[in-house]
Amino acid sequence: MAVVDEADAPAREVRLAEEDVVLEVKDLRMRYGTTDVLTGVNFVARPGEVVALLGPNGAGKTTTIEILEGFRMRSAGEVAVLGVDPAHGDENWRARLGVVLQSWRDHGRWRVRELLEHLGLYYAPYSTDRIRRPWDVDELVEAVGLTPHAYKKINKLSGGQRRRLDVAIGIVGRPELLFLDEPTAGFDPEARREFHDLVHRLADEETTILLTTHDLDEAEKLADRILILVGGTIIADGSADALARRMSTEAEVKWTIDGQRFVHSTLDATGFVRELFGKYDTAIADLEVRRASLEDVYMAMVHEFESGRADAAIREFEEVTR
Amino acid sequence: MSPTMAAARAGALRGRIELRQTFTNPQDLWNYLFPTVAFLVVLFFMKGAAVPGTNFNLGSRTLPSLLGMNVAFTGLVTLMMSLALEREDGTLLRAKAIPNGMLGYLVGKLVLVSGMLLASMVIILVPSSMMLSGLALTSPTAWLTLLWVMALGLVATLPLGAIFGSLFSNPRNAGVIMMPVMGLVAISGIFYPIASFPVWLQGIAQVFPIYWLGLGMRSAMLPDELAAVEIGESWRHLEMVGVLGAWAIAGLVVAPIVLRRMARRESGSSVAQRREKAMQRVT
Repeated sequence: MAVVDEADAPAREVRLAEEDVVLEVKDLRMRYGTTDVLTGVNFVARPGEVVALLGPNGAGKTTTIEILEGFRMRSAGEVAVLGVDPAHGDENWRARLGVVLQSWRDHGRWRVRELLEHLGLYYAPYSTDRIRRPWDVDELVEAVGLTPHAYKKINKLSGGQRRRLDVAIGIVGRPELLFLDEPTAGFDPEARREFHDLVHRLADEETTILLTTHDLDEAEKLADRILILVGGTIIADGSADALARRMSTEAEVKWTIDGQRFVHSTLDATGFVRELFGKYDTAIADLEVRRASLEDVYMAMVHEFESGRADAAIREFEEVTR
Repeated sequence: MSPTMAAARAGALRGRIELRQTFTNPQDLWNYLFPTVAFLVVLFFMKGAAVPGTNFNLGSRTLPSLLGMNVAFTGLVTLMMSLALEREDGTLLRAKAIPNGMLGYLVGKLVLVSGMLLASMVIILVPSSMMLSGLALTSPTAWLTLLWVMALGLVATLPLGAIFGSLFSNPRNAGVIMMPVMGLVAISGIFYPIASFPVWLQGIAQVFPIYWLGLGMRSAMLPDELAAVEIGESWRHLEMVGVLGAWAIAGLVVAPIVLRRMARRESGSSVAQRREKAMQRVT
């Protein structure tokens, strides 16, 4: 058994590198003038995976996405998107990608269905047996919830409706890889829920999705894997749970005894609750244990990184002055 | 069907859809009608005036010259303005994000601008020619000349529109190009024959397409005797093809380079930046 495993292992790795990786970024660097925006970004994405890229403003999220989309040249590093270097991606490669852009007032005189049908024409020659392109226009309008507005002029749509149209335009060619840059900015809660359902549906159909968002709750709900980009590099890469475990952040325990409320923060919630029941048993009511949310983890990581950087700066300063 | 062929056909369809949209939009309708209204006013003030040295109605000479100017304006200004505007609002970025989208976009623009030119020609020509005497638009050769001058004029001016449209990142700055163009109109013999102008001024006018487009249209629509009041006492078709052809070739060489450079720089953040700037102007 062990022998077979050993023989299989290297072959599996090669297969991973060639077929099962949709997105591969190695030591990506970007410099504008003398400012380093990306200082070595590394990550991969596999088919059907939903990856969320989080980070504070100015961390380089948009720059990273634009490099992957082929809209921006990188300074250094290796990037493969669907096996192709985006700096040299051809139209054939372009047809397999979906980009959701933030619209403003373009195509204002077009009607919703008319524009989607038109943009679909460009993808028809790239249809394969496996992936039928473009997406049927009526189904697509339905999927993004714009059926009641299909014949409306685009400049008459509300902000949220426009955003759904942006998403529809991004997926009209049934992309194998979809880039979503802050997809739900300006959505009401219902539209957000519908959008999340759509993302799950796309992921089920083996569409790989890379999204950026400021909504950590959304990232937690949608993403299989979360990347945290701070200071031009990825400081964390894993599922929301894995990140929470790694940070060992405190859980919050709330309970009441005789109508009086208590709150306690602890690293070992299970142990604490056991102890609590040992002491008070049936007197305890309204017990609530809240594990650290992604937001807590994110804040803790960004803070840790930034204070770490401050420490490094102080050390550097001390070395210089010594 | 090959992908480029599909995109070209999609582009042609795009041009037709956008052309149709211009007929239902008040702003566009006004742009179609304004030159006609302006011309009818000009015509009113020219009543009784004659082309110097002849007893030919000056108004009838001005109509073809104006049509020539209209070709240059449509080719240059319409394309320039829409490129500048659609770069700002992200239309071009969308085109860039879809396979062969840029090709489709450009084909669409060519169809749109050609269609708009044809429409505006008809709108000016129909009421004006009914009010004017002495036009020689009865023979098929006259119409044929009108069409080939128009086509050549578009080929000469559209690439210029694409170049200028790519250079201005702010559509409101694109207006500065209008000043020299208006100056050129003044010295290009659109409203008055330039044979009486100083020779150096005539020389400048003859470098640019507007003069030649006016001349070409006059050659199509006026009786041949009127050639006598032109420079060289001839319609000079050969020279016209030479000058317009040179502009066309120069434009077709430079335009793809400038367009490609412009397209390469488009990205989500560059559009977002322009949007922010535009928003600041509004508030």
